[in-house]
Amino acid sequence: MRINAKTSEKIAKCLIWTAALLVIAILFSIIAHILIKGIPMISWQFLTDIPRDMGRSGGISSSIVGTLIVTAVAVIVATPFGIGTAIYLTEYTRESRVTRIIRFSAESLAGIPSIVYGLFGFIFFVIYLKMGWSILSGGLTMAIMILPTIIRTSEEAIRTVPQLYREVGFSLGLTKWQTITRTVLPSALPGIVNGVILSIGRCVAETAAVILTAGSALRMPTSIFSPTRTMAVHFYILAREGISMDNAYGTAALLIILILLLNVGFNMLVNRFIAKGR
Amino acid sequence: MDDLMLESGQRAKIKTDAVNLYYGNFQALRNVTMDIAECAITAIIGPSGCGKSSLLRLFNRMNDPIPGVRVEGKILLDDVSIYDKSMDVVALKKRVGMVFQKPNPFPMSVYDNMAFGPRHHGIKQRARLDEIVERNLSQVALWDEVKDKLKESAFDLSPGQQQRLCIARALAVEPEVLLMDESCSALDPESTMQVEGLMEELAQKYTIIIVTHSMEQAARVSHMTAFMMMDHDRAGTLVEYAPTAEIFANPKDKRTEDYITGRFG
Repeated sequence: MRINAKTSEKIAKCLIWTAALLVIAILFSIIAHILIKGIPMISWQFLTDIPRDMGRSGGISSSIVGTLIVTAVAVIVATPFGIGTAIYLTEYTRESRVTRIIRFSAESLAGIPSIVYGLFGFIFFVIYLKMGWSILSGGLTMAIMILPTIIRTSEEAIRTVPQLYREVGFSLGLTKWQTITRTVLPSALPGIVNGVILSIGRCVAETAAVILTAGSALRMPTSIFSPTRTMAVHFYILAREGISMDNAYGTAALLIILILLLNVGFNMLVNRFIAKGR
Repeated sequence: MDDLMLESGQRAKIKTDAVNLYYGNFQALRNVTMDIAECAITAIIGPSGCGKSSLLRLFNRMNDPIPGVRVEGKILLDDVSIYDKSMDVVALKKRVGMVFQKPNPFPMSVYDNMAFGPRHHGIKQRARLDEIVERNLSQVALWDEVKDKLKESAFDLSPGQQQRLCIARALAVEPEVLLMDESCSALDPESTMQVEGLMEELAQKYTIIIVTHSMEQAARVSHMTAFMMMDHDRAGTLVEYAPTAEIFANPKDKRTEDYITGRFG
């Protein structure tokens, strides 16, 4: 049977639309489900009180703080290394065995299950370096985990900067480093920031690797050497051990809101300060 | 080789002597010897791939980052060899500015584009920067058009305005020589005329070297014209170099004549 071009066009359109709608529908129903169940749980007390009675009552303030600091440590440590590697790969070397090895390592790292990072962090940071279960151990482990993402997105962003910008930089008498920092990086910044946001999302959402490295203490952390329980871990334990589904939903809802806010906030920043020239 | 010499009384700003340029094993230029007059417009014409741009980019060492690049012979700027080890390449680029084929402002405001070079050469005072921006935008006849849009994105300007902005941006670091690599080829005829008029004006202060695909442009604006061609092995050579009027009215070489009468290329 032959289908004429018009019909096949229609069928294709139909299928593509179905696929797209299905994806949106699934996404929205998950988010809606969690927000509907979770938002009523969020109150001033929920945000400011530490968990009580294993999380059955009280709030999740210590988890919020723990999540933010673990993520901050990871991003602060990983971003300079990631961007540095990306600059090295794009600007300071030609394609060679070395760059292929670096790229291959980064890609392999990106594919490793997070629990493996957790195990490594546990053995290396927690035990060998005697950092114990702490925000620092967790943050450093997360940093290693997100490094490949940051390298790859930064590399792509730097590669899309027109070669011409570099030439103009050189032609105006800038050194190579000046050209990179003053012309290439600013133009690549939206892409780099995107990679960082993606990484933040991964840190915030991580459970397995964090339990193994940052622990699951409910106390309010007092320094980066304190153990902590991030929101995702808190949510996992509340749900897994049937402690309080209500508070689990509340935590999940807050987690989603946090990630949405981060995304919107960063995008606004990027649009406001960086993409000004567009 | 009297056709390589300038007319009497003209000082040579740049001299090249038996220049060979290699990219790895490929020879891109062979035995190029020419003197380039100060405060004049020199046009380099020739068919695609003849090494025009490669030659132009030798004058500010723009070819340096290309893998396997090698230069033989001498290139002198004010009688100082620019390929000497002691040459400060950053200082050279400051003296020899460049305008590219496509308008390529940075994704910043008009003002920041203009202040970009000076800022990186250490000028920080707002008043001095303001003065540099205004003076150089006026030099390219852009000041009146953009003085109310200095804070707006350079991408909002028309392509012709963008290209004049790029010329002004190059001038803002106070070069002595301006290299223009097919700088009108992406512009509409009216903007082209504007930029050409500008070149003639700038030639009173700057030594200008243009690479162009348009023989009409070379004939219209330049004082000296160099015609280049590829050898049998694709290395570019200088076929004929003479005052523009002469080369177009009375080419000495058969190949030049064929090219400018449109028989090939």
